[in-house]
Amino acid sequence: MRWPLRIAIAVGLLILYWGVGYVLEDNIIEYVIRIVLFCGINAILAAGLNLINGTTGQFSIGHAGFMAVGAYTAAWTVMQLELALYGGRTDLALYEVAIVFLPALGLGGLMAALAGVVVGVPSLHLRGDYLAIVTLGFGEIIRLIFNNWPALGGALGYSGDRPLGLSVHTNFFWVASVATLVITLIANFTYSSYGRALESIRDDEIAAEAAGIPTTRFKVLAFVISAASAGVAGGLFAHLQSSIQPNDFKFDKSIDMVVMIILGGLGSVSGAVLGAFFVGLTLELTRDLSEYRLIAYALVLILLMLFRPQGLLGTREVRIWGART
Amino acid sequence: MSTPLLALEKVEKVFGGLRAIGGVSFEVFEGQIFGLIGPNGAGKTTLFNCITGHYRPESGDVRFKGQSIVGKKPHTIALTGIARTFQNVRLFSEMSVEENVLVPAHHRLRSGVFGAFFKTPLYLEDERSLHRRADELLELFDLLKLKKEEAVSLPYGSQRRLEIARALMLDPKLLLLDEPAAGLNSQEADTLTDQIKWLRDKFSLAVVLVEHNMRVVMGACEQVHCVDHGETIAAGTPDYVQKHPAVLEAYLGRET
Amino acid sequence: MDVFLQQLVNGLSIGSVYALIALGYTMVYGVLRLINFAHSEVFMVGSYVSFFSAQWLGFDAKQPAAFGYGRALLVLVLAMAASALLGVAIERFAYRPLRHARRMTPLITAIGVSILLQNLGILIFGPNPRPFPMIIPEQRYELGGVVVTNIKLLIFVVSAVLMVGLTYLVQKTWTGKAMRAVSTNLNAAKLMGISPNRVIAMTFVIGSALAAAGGILFGLDQAKIEPLMGVLVGLKAFVAAVLGGIGNIAGAAAGGLLIGVAEQLTAGYISADYRDAITFAILIGVLLVKPEGMFGSSKIEKV
Repeated sequence: MRWPLRIAIAVGLLILYWGVGYVLEDNIIEYVIRIVLFCGINAILAAGLNLINGTTGQFSIGHAGFMAVGAYTAAWTVMQLELALYGGRTDLALYEVAIVFLPALGLGGLMAALAGVVVGVPSLHLRGDYLAIVTLGFGEIIRLIFNNWPALGGALGYSGDRPLGLSVHTNFFWVASVATLVITLIANFTYSSYGRALESIRDDEIAAEAAGIPTTRFKVLAFVISAASAGVAGGLFAHLQSSIQPNDFKFDKSIDMVVMIILGGLGSVSGAVLGAFFVGLTLELTRDLSEYRLIAYALVLILLMLFRPQGLLGTREVRIWGART
Repeated sequence: MSTPLLALEKVEKVFGGLRAIGGVSFEVFEGQIFGLIGPNGAGKTTLFNCITGHYRPESGDVRFKGQSIVGKKPHTIALTGIARTFQNVRLFSEMSVEENVLVPAHHRLRSGVFGAFFKTPLYLEDERSLHRRADELLELFDLLKLKKEEAVSLPYGSQRRLEIARALMLDPKLLLLDEPAAGLNSQEADTLTDQIKWLRDKFSLAVVLVEHNMRVVMGACEQVHCVDHGETIAAGTPDYVQKHPAVLEAYLGRET
Repeated sequence: MDVFLQQLVNGLSIGSVYALIALGYTMVYGVLRLINFAHSEVFMVGSYVSFFSAQWLGFDAKQPAAFGYGRALLVLVLAMAASALLGVAIERFAYRPLRHARRMTPLITAIGVSILLQNLGILIFGPNPRPFPMIIPEQRYELGGVVVTNIKLLIFVVSAVLMVGLTYLVQKTWTGKAMRAVSTNLNAAKLMGISPNRVIAMTFVIGSALAAAGGILFGLDQAKIEPLMGVLVGLKAFVAAVLGGIGNIAGAAAGGLLIGVAEQLTAGYISADYRDAITFAILIGVLLVKPEGMFGSSKIEKV
């Protein structure tokens, strides 16, 4: 009974997004559209990070690394597929892009998930601040790996080995569709028995174990899901411009993500999305004044922690998808 | 009835240089209410932790239903049928009463991660049955009306009840209660004694109590085991142990 | 062999700087169980204060020798005082209100303060490196194929002196005992009449002052400073503290020297690009294999 309705809604949304994208891209200046796209990508990042930092209470500050893995994987995949299927052709219809883009994003997410396993399994038994430092370290190491990887451009960045650069596929339709899907899945997961199990780990790991929850396995699961969503976001990010550099994925990026979820409230999916939009807006609006932006973020973090550590929404949600089942 | 439900054999636990438990052995049978007593710091909670897998004994064996469980992870042991409460009530602080009780039910989920992601009909059915079971349990413990309240906002006595209800969600065969009478007055302690017997009968389990309150121990337990400084000093019926000179000495000190 | 010795000398020298900074991380973690991310910026500020003090006291880049040891010492004192003040202020306004909050809250605040100070530094001092006033003019000696400068010797000696002083303070004086008490058991210390606020403030004073000293020595060694200088140096010093066993003072010193030598040997034998990576590798290695570090003790959580 539910499935036909769901499919109908999904198709409806896809059509809506495509329509909105079409209208926007013709009528609104590119600058504004970029902001919207950034917000959407951030929302995916934030929802994923919220699952591990907020819901499970395991603080990771190195997710930029997973974003990088997804970005490079997707970019490389798109290049290979486009070359194989379309030769050097650049005017591709929507379905042709889909054939190339969807698997690339998926593969990006998958590789990021694998990276999440590699980082998470040895690290997740560490205590709070130690875990944070290790994830920071791993994030930097991943970036350094890409920095020293000649086939992917090294420090100069990857532009697909062609003068045109990477294909700029990311647009409103793709961002909106992918974001809706990913965030819905993560929200479903958060508001399920698994989400409860993750929260029990956050609240009292020892009691959670005594309640039959395999804590290490679940921590890794949440970590991997968050890494995967960072990877998908990375894939979208990569195709916003014609090249990506390791410097796009510095610690700054991880801090951006942390600000997003802390601002919105750790543990709240809609809070994460709100925080994502805030960061997306300020990112673009202060593009040339990155010091001011970072000072603003720093002040936001400090003041929030001092006066409202639960963030804007705390653990409450904006009720779109109803109460937790 | 001949194989004990739980058997500890010469369990030894060492922390750094400190021998917290030195060679303790006892057996608990199905349906039995078993008391573990001893002065503060005697090692009782450490024994619990060795049973539940939170600590690993240096030597000795812990057998549950005939199988050794030493070295197994706490969650595995919990799912085999050993549930516990904690000395300082450990509820999930940011979760409601209902959610606390639902956590241990997770293992009953038939649909996996996929079901949770896509809210499949199978998953939704699972959730409904989990909720039904939780409601039943909460009703039995007189907590149903409070199910949406934040768990830590409950009065102390209710929190303890909730912790027990949560433990029972695992469908255990063995329930370990760590100082359930702490903070209760004598009236409440008597009620607790009846409640423990009721728990045993209603849920067909064996109960092991760590307890300081002698009223409760005498009233509820069929067998008592006394430890001091990690060693067994007396074991037997409550009457026997209560009058045992070593036990009196451990609690009251030697007469000079 | 020459390469080895040279890199060893370089490593011990830079390692001493790391050790000085690592002490601040380790002491604060000992009393507050907090990773003071902002410590790297206290180091940076110490450097900049000495930069400006030297100018204010009349340093002339064309006649560095005319500055004299007296004024150089004054620069050191001024820098240490400024850093100590900054450190205490950070503790007072950013960390103290959060002393009873959840573990992650002060950590996030610390990250915030660090980022704030870095970017304020860029805005105020400009992003470009500035040449550091050589208040101790450099003199090179060559001993059997190994180049040693008086600066490197100075770094090693000054650091050693400061660390010995700190050890004395911690072991023999009342303040030191109070710090150790608060480290071990805050509540018991309070019951003994120790004011945690004063002890914690003291810890920040000492740690920050040492970082400032490190800042001057680093500036002399590298001959330049920039607002983001604390980022990498601070990270390495932090890894040193973790390597030695966070909370353990001797460990921090040992860790600093080890990291310094390891990175210089890596630069000498493998490549300069991997010099920084070796620190990350050590960090991850330590945290995954023996998180309590070389001299730390693993804490057993009471269930």
